[in-house]
Amino acid sequence: MSTVEVPSLTHSPHPTALGLAGEWLTTTDHRRIGRMFIGGAAVWLATMVVVSTILGAERIASDSSLVPADSVLQLFSLVRTLASFGVMIPLFIGLAIVVVPMQVGARAISFARVASLGFYLWLIGSGLIVGAIAANGGPGGGNAQMVDLYLIGLALSILGALAASVSLFSTVLTARTAGMSLADAPMLAWSSLVGAAALLLTLPVMLGTIIFAAVDHHYERLAFGGNEGIMTWLGWAFTQPQTFIYVVVALGVLADMTPVMARAKQPLRGAVVIGLGLVTTALVGTVSQTSHSLNWSGSLTDKAKSFVPYALYNLLPLLGLVIVLATALLAVMSGKPKIIAPYFPTALGVGLIMAAVLGNAVQRIDQAGLAGTVFDEAALTYLTYGSVLVAWGALAFWGPRIWGKMLSDVAVVGLGVLGFIATVLASLPYYIAGFANQPADVASDFDYSGPQSLWNLLSTGGHALMALCVLAAVATVIRARMSGVNATEDPWDARTLEWSVDGGAR
Amino acid sequence: MSTATARTLPAGPQPANRNSLVMGTAAVCAAGTMLMFGMLAIWFKFRDASPLRTDEKGKLIHDWLPSEIKVPEVAANTLMITMVIACIMAQWGVYSARRNDSSHATLSTLITGFIGVAAINAQAAIYMQMDMGVRDGAYQTMFYAVTGTMLVLLASGVAFSLVAMFRATAGRLGDKQVMTAHAMYWYFLTVVFCALWFVVYVQK
Repeated sequence: MSTVEVPSLTHSPHPTALGLAGEWLTTTDHRRIGRMFIGGAAVWLATMVVVSTILGAERIASDSSLVPADSVLQLFSLVRTLASFGVMIPLFIGLAIVVVPMQVGARAISFARVASLGFYLWLIGSGLIVGAIAANGGPGGGNAQMVDLYLIGLALSILGALAASVSLFSTVLTARTAGMSLADAPMLAWSSLVGAAALLLTLPVMLGTIIFAAVDHHYERLAFGGNEGIMTWLGWAFTQPQTFIYVVVALGVLADMTPVMARAKQPLRGAVVIGLGLVTTALVGTVSQTSHSLNWSGSLTDKAKSFVPYALYNLLPLLGLVIVLATALLAVMSGKPKIIAPYFPTALGVGLIMAAVLGNAVQRIDQAGLAGTVFDEAALTYLTYGSVLVAWGALAFWGPRIWGKMLSDVAVVGLGVLGFIATVLASLPYYIAGFANQPADVASDFDYSGPQSLWNLLSTGGHALMALCVLAAVATVIRARMSGVNATEDPWDARTLEWSVDGGAR
Repeated sequence: MSTATARTLPAGPQPANRNSLVMGTAAVCAAGTMLMFGMLAIWFKFRDASPLRTDEKGKLIHDWLPSEIKVPEVAANTLMITMVIACIMAQWGVYSARRNDSSHATLSTLITGFIGVAAINAQAAIYMQMDMGVRDGAYQTMFYAVTGTMLVLLASGVAFSLVAMFRATAGRLGDKQVMTAHAMYWYFLTVVFCALWFVVYVQK
């Protein structure tokens, strides 16, 4: 039987700096592994937001030359890759690794070393991705070796996410405390289970494609389109509906937090479980590597033939989200709600995710003419930043259990509202610009007439504001950690398992 | 002064069934199946996109397998049979572990691992008999990619067999999970190789 660290028992009270670093680097404590995932995701989030700001500024005027023309495609690819594999996936895997074992009453996470290995694989892989693109690699890159390196980095990131998913999947299924059935598992644990299962079923398909593309590119065959063709083959993993799978844990956060805020038992618990499961039907699109569009023309039979797969691929995740939101509303109506600060960013974040899911449903209607426009980029921004807001709410909510300190309510709510404004500013103009046919993944050579420059300006402002929010959030966490108010045992009066077990918060 | 009455507490619930290793292995097998089936799906896509030509029997076929390449069917079929035998050996390990028979469990895992090495050797023989360069064409590139991935999975199976063997040798058979998980992994390898064998070596 493998041995793992038991929180609060194996750490000396006053370790040296070197000893502390060693403890962190070789840790099998799930809370440390999860926090390392979250910390790494914060770094890539900051990078992604800065690059998005630069790309937005590049698109404000036609004569702008902030970025060399031949680097634009690579930077867009960097943003897409980081949004999925640098931010959304590690953020929620990290959060789940920290919280889920406590929620299910497990002494430790299953396969703690596998989870730790997953973190390092992901960290090295994501570092290689950024490094490769910085050295003229990645999709559309001019340096063949760096293009290979990008693919290797992506493969390592996937392996890392898969390793962590195996760990989470096994924890929820086999490490629950005695007497806790799967039906009794908290919603975050449930969403982690279905999210991990969906990752385990979809990311290997991407890995297989990467293997083909990497061998093909390395040996200078062009069957997969060389460096320009990478996004043709792998693009589905960086866009909707596949990206919905990456944020299903965000809905679990809302579903867990709402009954606490509402001071009520969750009505129709089974419906919430179904709703969370439905969101992961997005994996159907991945397995078939297609995203069916709706073509509302021709006879009624033609329309029906087009509508059925469209609904299966794009509307089922939306239905899942609607069910989760409806049951949250039911919980609020059946209780005596007392608003808690973490609920603000969480609810706002889920609202933004809803905007992304709705946007995807609209985008897939052929008659809307949104294919190949910035509309898709806007949906991805809604989804990424929305998930970041949910993660911010989750950190504020479970933070006291993780490090024993409370985050300032003002900072939590303030940054939540600012982050919401930043996201709407960054995304909504591109929803509109999509209808004005502003093309995706280009920064020049499109029609700047009309209010096009204004949309690009607003979007750039939104990204810049989000950059400030990220920095402020990191500062808030550090400040709380250094000199914050000590948390009580159950500061939200949640009365759920993670607040009653001895977690040894630190 | 009050008197306390001693009461017997009711029995607690049954402890959770901890099959974490089996469940973790099942998750890995599911992921591995998606990996290989995804690759085979792309293989199909390329084969279907290849132009049509008439073969020597006058039959219309996809011009996917270059005419100068001969697929060594004997070696491929032997490899397929070898994989099935590996499953039987791995299942023997489970059977032995259930009977706390350390020596047979050790032997079975050792043979399973040895069969894995033999399978890797057979794949290498196929490479040598086909004698084609990885950059000779789309077929060759994809052939090496898909069979190379299978080789990596096979190598991980051999490593798993070694771990299971050492545990069996040390007499740690009380924990049956390792043998069950080990057998499950070899079943998975056989299933995905069966699909690969049919698509790449039989259908060509």
